[in-house]
Amino acid sequence: MTGLASGAVVDSARASGRAALIGYLPAGFPTFDGGVALLTAMVEAGVDVVEVGLPYSDPVIDGPTIQAAADVALRSGTKTADVLRTVEAVAKGGAAVVVMTYWNPVLRYGVDAFARDLAAAGGAGLITPDLIPDEAGEWIAASDAHGLERIFLVAPSSSDARIETTVGACRGWVYAASTMGVTGTREQTSSVAPALVGRVRAATPLPVCVGLGVSSGEQAAEVASYADGVAVGSAFVRCVLDATDETDALRAIARLTSDLAAGVRRTSA
Amino acid sequence: MTSPASSGIGRFGPYGGRYVPEALIAALDELAAAYEKARGDEDFQREFRRLLTEYAGRPSLLYDARRLSAELGARILLKREDLNHTGAHKINNVLGQVLLAHRMGKRRVIAETGAGQHGVATATAAALFGLECVVYMGAVDTERQALNVARMRLLGAQVVPVHTGSKTLKDALNEAFRDWVATVDTTHYVIGTVAGPHPFPEMVRDFAAPIGVEARAQCLDLLGRLPDAVIACVGGGSNALGIFTAFVPDTSVRLYGFEAGGEGLDSGRHAATLTGGSPGVLLGAHSYVLQDEDGQTRESHTISAGLDYPGVGPEHAYLHDTGRAVYRPITDAGAMAAFELLCRTEGIIPAIESAHAIAGAREVAGELGPDAVLLVCLSGRGDKDVATAAKWFGLLDESGPIT
Ligand SMILES: Cc1ncc(COP(=O)(O)O)c(C=O)c1O
Repeated sequence: MTGLASGAVVDSARASGRAALIGYLPAGFPTFDGGVALLTAMVEAGVDVVEVGLPYSDPVIDGPTIQAAADVALRSGTKTADVLRTVEAVAKGGAAVVVMTYWNPVLRYGVDAFARDLAAAGGAGLITPDLIPDEAGEWIAASDAHGLERIFLVAPSSSDARIETTVGACRGWVYAASTMGVTGTREQTSSVAPALVGRVRAATPLPVCVGLGVSSGEQAAEVASYADGVAVGSAFVRCVLDATDETDALRAIARLTSDLAAGVRRTSA
Repeated sequence: MTSPASSGIGRFGPYGGRYVPEALIAALDELAAAYEKARGDEDFQREFRRLLTEYAGRPSLLYDARRLSAELGARILLKREDLNHTGAHKINNVLGQVLLAHRMGKRRVIAETGAGQHGVATATAAALFGLECVVYMGAVDTERQALNVARMRLLGAQVVPVHTGSKTLKDALNEAFRDWVATVDTTHYVIGTVAGPHPFPEMVRDFAAPIGVEARAQCLDLLGRLPDAVIACVGGGSNALGIFTAFVPDTSVRLYGFEAGGEGLDSGRHAATLTGGSPGVLLGAHSYVLQDEDGQTRESHTISAGLDYPGVGPEHAYLHDTGRAVYRPITDAGAMAAFELLCRTEGIIPAIESAHAIAGAREVAGELGPDAVLLVCLSGRGDKDVATAAKWFGLLDESGPIT
């Protein structure tokens, strides 16, 4: 049944005075087994919540790095069923696992069927970057029925009224997209993110995690000083794309994870 | 597999909506509000009509194509959108959107383009209004529509070739979308067809609708009655909705949309979204999509760069499901035969997109018989397609293309 709730994991990190580290990689990247091994290595090195990406043909809010990873995963034949199998394999190791997906693959699978099978695989919920609560009637019903978390996004451009309705629809935690733009590592963390997190906090007691652009322990520490969780994606993908072979990739993932995990614990600095 | 409307915003039956990142919602709301205001604003409407008349050259002619009619076996009336400034119906929508963007204080416009007609129209309007313009175009298309790339650059636009995915219209759309997510404060995204998140499908349809309003009046003038059928090609569907919309309430008038059948529906190599696809979400709206069993978008294939898209506007999905309009595929070979026929019978070189509508008219003429009057949207002219057509018909020298 439904696995460890990612919101509970973020909450317990918060209770111990630090931010949670949330790590993303697409399933099937670079292969099915390789992807499971990388995600498992992330958990072993200190990622608190795993985001398994469902690789999609038209990733319109992803930059070139994650696009490249999705391409590799799709070319290696990754199917929706493989994403669920990845969730199952990683969740078995005891990690909290959520799936990050564009909406059409879920719609195609059947919203309720996807929710049922994700819960059965031990997944905690879904992050839906191109589904806003206004269009999410079917998903809200299915996630309620199967006890899954719903992580919707808020953005710097969201009005207070929209933040209010969006956090009202969230279960688990709230994803604050810290910059306007596509995914990708950035030299500097966003200056608008703290204000956005502040506006979210005024609307909900749920934990607020920040993503888009973080690639180092130093940046993670900065984000951890005002957010409950730090989500990292492109930087992990980059490790794998730049690696010479699988062992090298595993080593690079572990190294980056340790750096970031130390970063999220440096909050009081 | 339809998804029930939750908010009901921008829906055509179960289709449409807004499947976009939250980051874009504020901009879409702003655009929807600005458009709603412009719609009822006599000033805006007068300025839009002035641009269409004085700049684009509207009304476009309704041409009684006698020799083509004799060949096809029904009376064919061609709505000559090919005679508009910049050579296609695309200018109508673009003038509306750029006028609106200008009024909203945007300094920069971006667009995607397949055949290059929408990019040229956008570059043209940007020049007219003094706005910065960036056009995204698949690298396959910058090659097969090289003439239009040069036109855009002459007009001062920056053309960005897109090398991801299938390197065609879909990838250009994705790239324009990514630009917009990051620049939405200063930038208006001039979507080139009746697709995308609300309010685009509705807004683009309205800006294209003068085609049908004129054609309906012209038919009544010429014939004293309405045509029996209205025919258009369908890529995203803007010229088709442009000419259909005025006739939708006229239930005696049949509406036909012809999609790009490429190498044939059975081959799997086509761009016939309504006849060969299924409901799904792509580019911010729920509509029909060419997709595999996992909901991954399939690549589309057609000789026509402007129809080479695996999606279609949501209002067409609705007209299709309700049966108000009928959609069928036309193969590359069928379209090119019609292309040649129009050249030889009427001295008109059509866009390859529009040749799909002519090929469709041949089918409909066969079904409705010699007394039928068929109104056909000739959406664009074929200058941009001369190289492709010359290659298809083997008119090129061994030594290379004649340019
Ligand atoms: C001449 C012409 N006709 C038709 C189309 C297809 O677009 P739509 O279906 O939106 O009219 C294009 C697109 O580039 C075009 O250039």
